[in-house]
Amino acid sequence: MDNVYRSSGFDFSNSIRNHSLAEKGLPLPKATSTGTTIVGCVFKDGIILGADTRATEGPIVADKNCEKIHYITESIRCCGAGTAADTEFVTATISSNMDLHALSTGRKPRVVTAMTMLKRHLYRHQGQVGAALVLGGVDVTGPQLFTIHPHGSTDKLPYVTMGSGSLAAMAIFESSWQPNMTREHALQLVTTAISAGIFNDLGSGSNVDACIITATGTEMLRNFVKPNERVEKERKYTFRRGATAWKSESIRKLIVNEQVTPVAGEAMDVS
Amino acid sequence: MDHFPANWGRPRNDAIDLYATHLLHPRPNNRAKDAFADSVQRTQQPIVTGTSVLAIKFKDGIMMAADNLASYGSLARFKDVQRLQAFGDYTVIGASGDMSDFQFIQRLLDDIAVAEIAAQDGHDLGPVEIHEYMSQVMYGRRSKLDPLWNSLIIGGFKDGKRFLSYVDLLGTTYTASTIATGYGGYIAQPLLRKAVEGYEDVLTAEQARKILEDSMRVLFYRDARSLNKYQLATITAAGVQISDSLHLETSWDFAEGIRGYGAQTQ
Amino acid sequence: MDSIAHPTQRQFNPYSDNGGTILAIAGADFTVIAGDTRQSEGYSIQTRYAPKVFPLTDRAVLAVNGFAADGNMFVKKVKQRLEWYRHAHSKDMPLRAIARLIQTMLYARRFFPFYVYNILGGIEEDGTGAVYSFDPVGSYEREACRAAGAAQSLVQPFLDNQIYFNNQQPAPGTSHPVHLPLPTILSIVIDSFTGATERHIEVGDGLEMYVVLAKGRGVQGLEDVRGVQELSVTEEGERIFVIRRDLKKD
Repeated sequence: MDNVYRSSGFDFSNSIRNHSLAEKGLPLPKATSTGTTIVGCVFKDGIILGADTRATEGPIVADKNCEKIHYITESIRCCGAGTAADTEFVTATISSNMDLHALSTGRKPRVVTAMTMLKRHLYRHQGQVGAALVLGGVDVTGPQLFTIHPHGSTDKLPYVTMGSGSLAAMAIFESSWQPNMTREHALQLVTTAISAGIFNDLGSGSNVDACIITATGTEMLRNFVKPNERVEKERKYTFRRGATAWKSESIRKLIVNEQVTPVAGEAMDVS
Repeated sequence: MDHFPANWGRPRNDAIDLYATHLLHPRPNNRAKDAFADSVQRTQQPIVTGTSVLAIKFKDGIMMAADNLASYGSLARFKDVQRLQAFGDYTVIGASGDMSDFQFIQRLLDDIAVAEIAAQDGHDLGPVEIHEYMSQVMYGRRSKLDPLWNSLIIGGFKDGKRFLSYVDLLGTTYTASTIATGYGGYIAQPLLRKAVEGYEDVLTAEQARKILEDSMRVLFYRDARSLNKYQLATITAAGVQISDSLHLETSWDFAEGIRGYGAQTQ
Repeated sequence: MDSIAHPTQRQFNPYSDNGGTILAIAGADFTVIAGDTRQSEGYSIQTRYAPKVFPLTDRAVLAVNGFAADGNMFVKKVKQRLEWYRHAHSKDMPLRAIARLIQTMLYARRFFPFYVYNILGGIEEDGTGAVYSFDPVGSYEREACRAAGAAQSLVQPFLDNQIYFNNQQPAPGTSHPVHLPLPTILSIVIDSFTGATERHIEVGDGLEMYVVLAKGRGVQGLEDVRGVQELSVTEEGERIFVIRRDLKKD
């Protein structure tokens, strides 16, 4: 088999079998998806990225406070929607490649570089890598903001949204975005856009994360707003000691043989 | 709600959109494979369709908006269609979905209106009664597997009470202080809820008009089956008033600064 | 992703799923029937307040969950049959008779079912609290507690553990109580729904809990409950109360 040519990348040889199994009622295991509202917005001094923090498996909330704003470089960050594993891996890979790129060129890496690496990667895998991304950052050419779709197409706009809550968030931007906003104003707008996703889209929920990137530095505002704190339960659910039934009991002493040998010197002061 | 009228009436199936990467959940076919399917009657699909209808409660009653477009697939076929219709002295119905089915509904309601006038019994139909009637008609037709392919919003004001409700081709109903059909459910509803929820009893007619106008503008920016020409219906104690067609002012200045979609700079 | 191998043909699907969850728990001389108030389709919230729990008589409450249009129509038809019964017999139909009626009404639609999970709660003629649960085509059973709907798989195991004391050994020399007091059950119901809201996207917005008290039972257990509202008009006979709570809206 070793001398048979195999192309690199994903192996599709089972896809026909899997399709027929799915038809017979044995679907593939479901991947965790970040049902998600993610946004990005240009303002006077740079870029603000925003994300909700809910991850879902079908209708079940898998993670109530996950991080969807991923690190690419110090001044470039990327929000991910779609298959959680794909967004995490693709951003980590590109982050690593951006570091190598910076070392080999000796320059501060640009956002377009990350964007091109990401779109080529996603295009090469023809949508099989299910990552929908909002990429933003500040480089030598100024603030840059892109969206990258799972099939590899990109968009460059002053305000962008992605994920199942993208329409809710985009509605906020379309009605309130202005050019040259102040940092405070833009942060408020991003928070409102994410909140629109959190409260109107069932795939999005919990908290608002934000990330402000300017020429002078990057500020990650993890859990910037927490509008959905868990309420206190009415009852305490601690179990009485001995509540669990058992069939047999055997107690073993794990210390087979213990010998204490005092060593010279004073005992340690443990008071 | 799913915007694409041809998808209406199909349940969400997570097994097919494995990674939930689509913005809008498609509701594809997940019916059991049926060897006799071909002999079963085929149900229609919508042909000439209207997009979103929006409606909100405000201090003095209900305000509703819908654009004047009837699309034929992706063709903007009729650009002067009225999708808000008054019935009796207290009620307006706004329709999205198939326009011929809506015209059939108009005829049903006109027949009732005539019978009601002829009865001269001192009673007249309010929004609650028209909602009940429409929900029975829509549910009855879905149960015959021959649905009227519409989402309707029924708004009214009678005996000092506001009324706002939704009925669709499945017979699903609900009431709320803001309702939006079609793409409006995704795009306008968040804006409406932010502006209206909790303020139903303080919003003035002017504020309500502004909220709907802003939402219709956002819909025109983002819904490819919409038009910048729309009508407003206001239902208050004073009765029903449906405006002439209004024009949306839009701004596309942001486009000036955009160069390309990726690495391009010129 | 839509099936590549087959040409897709468009056919009308007369059903939808509108999410939400209901549950009911019977006590010795009372029953609690509850449901959340969110109505959703796909990833959209249609309304934050659509009741799923309906009082039928002074001693029977019906909770419906599944396809909302079928649910509302089914409740309407049950209420109509109960009114006919009142006109014919000058009294309300007993709970166990309503349960059997619901079975026959559901099974009548065996080949075009109401896509609805029903839970009927109330007080039997012997004054005990009772819960009847149904599948969409009419199979039913009297139980002490039942959860149904979107978060059934989250809530039912919790109830099995806290109401039936499954997988819990009693303290030596004691036994588990057969019936729990009303305040305990109300707390368990609230915690079931706040818990389901945390982990199920289709559960939230509001909670409505109906409490039916047996004839002659005092209101003990309800005095300190915030925002409780009585629906029954007389204090003779069974009494119905409703308690409303907010749930998270995300």
